[in-house]
Amino acid sequence: MQDKNPGEGKIMPDAVRIHEALPRLLAMISGKERIELENFSMEIGDLELWIPTGTATAPSGSSAAIYQKPTALIPETFFPLEEDFVGRIHEVRLGETASGGGTRGKVLTIGGSDYPPFVSADHPAPHAPIFALDVFDMEVPLPKVLMENVKDVVSDPAEWARMNVKKYNADMITVHLMSTDPLIRDASPEAAARTVEEVLQAVDVPLIIGGCGDPRKDAQVFCKVAEVADGERLLLNSVTLGMTETKTLDVVARAAKKYNHAVLGFTGLELNKAKELNRRLYEYLPPEDIVMDLTTVALGYGLEYSFTIHERARHAALMGDTELQQPTISASTNAWAAREAWMKMDKKYGSRGLRGPLWETINALTLLLAGVDIFMMMHPAAIRTCKDMIQTFSEKDAPVPDGIARWATMKI
Amino acid sequence: MSEREPKKTIKEISPIDVYKLLPKTNCKECGEANCMAFATKVVNGELAVDNCPPVTKEEYRVNLIKLEDLMAPAVRTVIVGTGERAMKLGGKYVLYRHEFTYQNPTPIAIDISDDLSETERDARIRAIADFSYNYIGRELRLDALAIRSTQHDPAAFSAAVTAVAAQTDLPLILCTYDAAIMAAGLAHIRERRPLLYAATKDNWKDMAELALRYTCPLVVSAPHDIALLRSLVRTLVAYGVKDLVLDPGTAVEPGLSGTIHAFSQIRRAVFSGGDELLGYPLLGTPITAWLSPEISHELIQWKEACAASMLLSRYADLLILHSLEGWVLLPQLIWRFNLYTDPRKPVSVDTGVRVFGNPKKDAPVLITTNYALTYFTVESDIKSAGIDCFLIVIDTGGNSVESAVAGRYLNAESIAAALKDTGIADRVNYRYLIIPGLAARLSGETEEASGWHVLVGPKDSSGIPAFLKAHWPPKKW
Repeated sequence: MQDKNPGEGKIMPDAVRIHEALPRLLAMISGKERIELENFSMEIGDLELWIPTGTATAPSGSSAAIYQKPTALIPETFFPLEEDFVGRIHEVRLGETASGGGTRGKVLTIGGSDYPPFVSADHPAPHAPIFALDVFDMEVPLPKVLMENVKDVVSDPAEWARMNVKKYNADMITVHLMSTDPLIRDASPEAAARTVEEVLQAVDVPLIIGGCGDPRKDAQVFCKVAEVADGERLLLNSVTLGMTETKTLDVVARAAKKYNHAVLGFTGLELNKAKELNRRLYEYLPPEDIVMDLTTVALGYGLEYSFTIHERARHAALMGDTELQQPTISASTNAWAAREAWMKMDKKYGSRGLRGPLWETINALTLLLAGVDIFMMMHPAAIRTCKDMIQTFSEKDAPVPDGIARWATMKI
Repeated sequence: MSEREPKKTIKEISPIDVYKLLPKTNCKECGEANCMAFATKVVNGELAVDNCPPVTKEEYRVNLIKLEDLMAPAVRTVIVGTGERAMKLGGKYVLYRHEFTYQNPTPIAIDISDDLSETERDARIRAIADFSYNYIGRELRLDALAIRSTQHDPAAFSAAVTAVAAQTDLPLILCTYDAAIMAAGLAHIRERRPLLYAATKDNWKDMAELALRYTCPLVVSAPHDIALLRSLVRTLVAYGVKDLVLDPGTAVEPGLSGTIHAFSQIRRAVFSGGDELLGYPLLGTPITAWLSPEISHELIQWKEACAASMLLSRYADLLILHSLEGWVLLPQLIWRFNLYTDPRKPVSVDTGVRVFGNPKKDAPVLITTNYALTYFTVESDIKSAGIDCFLIVIDTGGNSVESAVAGRYLNAESIAAALKDTGIADRVNYRYLIIPGLAARLSGETEEASGWHVLVGPKDSSGIPAFLKAHWPPKKW
């Protein structure tokens, strides 16, 4: 009765396969090549992409009272508002080098913001947001457009990780240990730990370790992985309030502490829950070991909830709420859950080959503006666009282009 | 102005503040039960003070002025166009969406230049006016046309404006820096209240005269120069022009970071710094992406799309775009719709059985989650296909199917409990349940826990009609 790969949602591949078109899409994004993407299409095998990460009043009367119309511009000045914020986001170090007891090529530091994001060139974030690319430890159904990029490595997490770093400049790798799910393969913690060791040997970037979402099983897996990767400053993704019910939260937190890792606290679009989870974690871990996942929902499926909760959390943190001063993470790959990202639609809505990657891009850019520190993403064009955007924000004295006013009269 | 009391922010205004200034007759002409109920809706942003018919009468003139002053947003409201299609720009009360529902969703205008052939022009007008997308039961549309003078010819501009105005009742934006050309375009559509783009440091006096003569709102443009923007606003207000829109300049590449900074600094100056000169709607022009020497249209469109979405999030009250491609516009229209919803709207809907059409004893039973967006999507798909069925909404803590399954909010036990609690077994004479495709892995357990047969439905609810056609009724009944 259960059809593992029902035909619904399948889209027939067109002449131009996504894997052929991808390098050109990337070239296009980087401004190197003109490309026609009219026949660009993708096949979506499965949309199950959820990554279990766990005063003013009118200047009245001034003109009415003074009938003398001005004959020259009245001079004015402008000084950007300097706002005071008492709070600051904690810095979290991910990955550890040999000198610190790990084997990573370098340490990545996230967080540290003491001003609202992207408000002023005078207040840049101390650390640029970073990008983690996904690797799964078993064959998972992926949308065709994503699958085509990885199909040669999909059965080998280490090889997959290597490609993500070499080809797509991944700052980090997320190893999703899906096979440990008791409802799927129920792979043992030892087997999961072996996978993690293989990936650690294949790449030298810091790792995020994704569990299966089962609070008991995840605790066993995280503890084993923490032990074999002693000192590597992994990010364990994720710990939840559900783990307090199964009495496994303290077990994972203690393992993280003992073996020098960080944890990712996952809550579902509820700020009070996020605070509660942080409070629980502070009993075992310093704030420098905790990252928050407040939940990323796809554009069209509730991104506004994610956007607003991230804005609220960051604002509250800067205003001094000590329970929310953790860096945040976004699983922007979740954008692909939206039907507008993958579905075949009337041709006036354009090519899916562009619509899908743009959907993921806009999902991430929106949360970038809200202050997110780590992005978990998949489509190379989306990652490339976001990295370029962050780069432009980091150039403090970037020249402003002349002549933008010409838009009103230019010929297109 | 110095002796005035500091103005209350929207969150400080209580219904009593509004009620005190109303006629207090409980006449119900506004459609509300009484004046207090009306006042509460005004404070919540659901009604405007002039929705009270009596208060607009002469005898309450002073009250109306006081009410409008009380409720005046820090970012003024500017109206472009007339009648049903008129659009409100700005009217913003807060910086952050979580403080108070954002008002007046950012209209999106598409440009049309006066050098197009008649055929091209008419096709483009139709494409703009007809563009729509049905999103959870709502038609999302484009809002306005920006007519640009690219030939520097008053006659050509006048002809284009006249032709466009004749073919659409959408609000219009007239774009030229030359007052003589602007006058030529305006002459034919004076009653349409178009937005004039733009007054600059060089032409402000002539543009101000036009804005006053034709009572049109006017854009003030000062790219990359907020001090000049303030100077122009102060001068134009002194000149008598009240309805202004601010254009701080939009640079797409390079320079989008500077644009985002400028928009943010302007809005923070208004809301945190009390800067009245900047308290006007902001115009963003992602169309500047087309100034790029880049030859790939897809690349320009990609960048225009990214800039537009970021400006929607960062306070733009009006956008002008060039791209009419669906893949560019769809995320903008959907994001705008989402961003302007009430942030207090719960993430979840009520649980229980929803009945669609006239389901008989042999109608299908489906389940979904109580996450609002999931529910509305499924509801919209069932309704638009006209399906008679029962839909059981299960408490998943407001999580969508994927996250509810991953987080164990949706499991065999919760499904079995929902079937039992809703008493659905009494309303149908079979035991077949259709679960979402994304919950496929729960099917075996659910059959054991509930005693119902489980059919794994489509992964996206758009597939429900086709699924039912192929699989309903089940072969073994």
